[in-house]
Amino acid sequence: MSLVAQVDRATPSAFARGRRPGELTGGASLGLGIGVLWLSLLVLLPIAAIVSTAFEDGLAGFWDAVTDAEALSAIRFTVGAALLVTAVNAVVGTLIAWVLVRDQFPGKRVLEVVIDIPFALPTIVAGLVLITLYGPSGPFGINLVGTRAGVVLALLFVTLPFVVRSVQPVLIDADREVEQAAASLGASGFTTFRRVILPTVTPAVLSGAALSFARALGEFGSVILISANLIGQTQVSSSYILKMIESQEPVAAAAVATLLLAVAVVVLVELDVVQRRTARRG
Amino acid sequence: MDARVRRARRRTTRTAWVLRLVAIGYVLGLVALPVVSVVQHTFADGLAPVWDVLTSDDFLAALRLTAVVAGIATVLNTVFGVGMGVLLVRYRFWGRRFVSAVIDLPVSISPIVVGVALILVYGTYGWFGGALEDAGVRVIFSVPGMVLATVLVSLPLVLREVVPTLEEAGVEQEQAAQSLGASAWQRFWRVTLPTIRWALAYGVALSLARSLGEFGAVRVVSGSVAGESQTLTLYVNDSYQELGADAQRQAFAAAFVLMAIAVALIVVIAALRPKEERS
Repeated sequence: MSLVAQVDRATPSAFARGRRPGELTGGASLGLGIGVLWLSLLVLLPIAAIVSTAFEDGLAGFWDAVTDAEALSAIRFTVGAALLVTAVNAVVGTLIAWVLVRDQFPGKRVLEVVIDIPFALPTIVAGLVLITLYGPSGPFGINLVGTRAGVVLALLFVTLPFVVRSVQPVLIDADREVEQAAASLGASGFTTFRRVILPTVTPAVLSGAALSFARALGEFGSVILISANLIGQTQVSSSYILKMIESQEPVAAAAVATLLLAVAVVVLVELDVVQRRTARRG
Repeated sequence: MDARVRRARRRTTRTAWVLRLVAIGYVLGLVALPVVSVVQHTFADGLAPVWDVLTSDDFLAALRLTAVVAGIATVLNTVFGVGMGVLLVRYRFWGRRFVSAVIDLPVSISPIVVGVALILVYGTYGWFGGALEDAGVRVIFSVPGMVLATVLVSLPLVLREVVPTLEEAGVEQEQAAQSLGASAWQRFWRVTLPTIRWALAYGVALSLARSLGEFGAVRVVSGSVAGESQTLTLYVNDSYQELGADAQRQAFAAAFVLMAIAVALIVVIAALRPKEERS
């Protein structure tokens, strides 16, 4: 769950007598000041620097930078791949969550742990891991290095847990009697799924999907080895930004970075709206 | 039992089998098999070559740097996470939602963007970079920059664990301690900290795992000079890109170490999770 949603739930109460609930004390104000200063130096200023550098040469400069042929093909490919990966995750992630919650079989706990591996594994190691199996010397004779399919595979790997972990708790809490009632009234398995289960899990699927979209859009480490970074083919936006900053073209780097940033903010806001709506309903 | 229900049950069972196989097959093919094959690949020529890599100067330097950077970043994030957690849960102030949204943002954006943002502020030609260098402080292409990048990519991990636990715990015990004459510091060490310890441990483990494995953001701000500004993840990348059998072996040996640490941390995290939920 996002921090914003968690904070929304917290309701500060009066700590000391004679104070309004949640009123800042002297010490707390000092702490807050330090925290906000730290956040400004760490997050706000750097982000402001990106946006202001992107528009250093005006709107036209920004437009030129993001419509540059190489930039455009990297952006198109990244967005397309992220959308594809998000769609796959929404379906397969929900399915895996379902199996983990409703099914009992030996080795389920192992499966639980394996699903967390993509989160804990360093991204560069994830890339190496995929190349070993789906690279030039892989045992299956499938070589995905330098292909768009390889990039999609890497993105699927790193985003696997998002939908699973967001849907799982909702399924655990879901009332099974409603499903049984639907079945006893003659609803088929598919109808029960569509009319009873799907409406319950949809907000969770959406928020998991949004997170995996944001992640896929900005992914770098796991993709870099398997993509071989072919310009106009398998180059992702992150690689393009890195290349631009290293070739001393900060405006080009910042412009594409601003675009990614804007999409991330839109996704987070949408996520917040979904979570608030669900919280109100529940 | 009604025949229709029985039929429905049987159908679900068949569907359940299909779903189970799809789920297991997907996770096996995407995660488990590749991970196993890396282990196999690493030890294809036995233990000796792996040991040679793990005792080489460049590897040890990378290991040391990774430990330093991840260690400092985790400490900073823990202090920030606990402090900010208390503030966000116990107090109401203007911009409270905005602050939490800002803390959430860095993990949702590309690590490359994080690195570039730091360069634009603290790099030689950045907003503060020139002034800092005149004062003799080098941030980018040096350890402070790598620490900042690592802090950013794991910023909300401790906080997200601490906030719900603090909220659930409420303030009664702290108030009781206060009425018995405990100072703010005593209340924090004796009441608040023990209450959130499992959530905190979980958050710290997550944060450490993320910090040890950060690649993109560190790649942008480090310069990656072997033996100097190369963390383990950069060592894996640089070795792999070098090509040649020796370099490959280095990449796989270092990747194996990172993977072993990651798996160990997942096990710790999995062990911590139920405790946290029970409390």
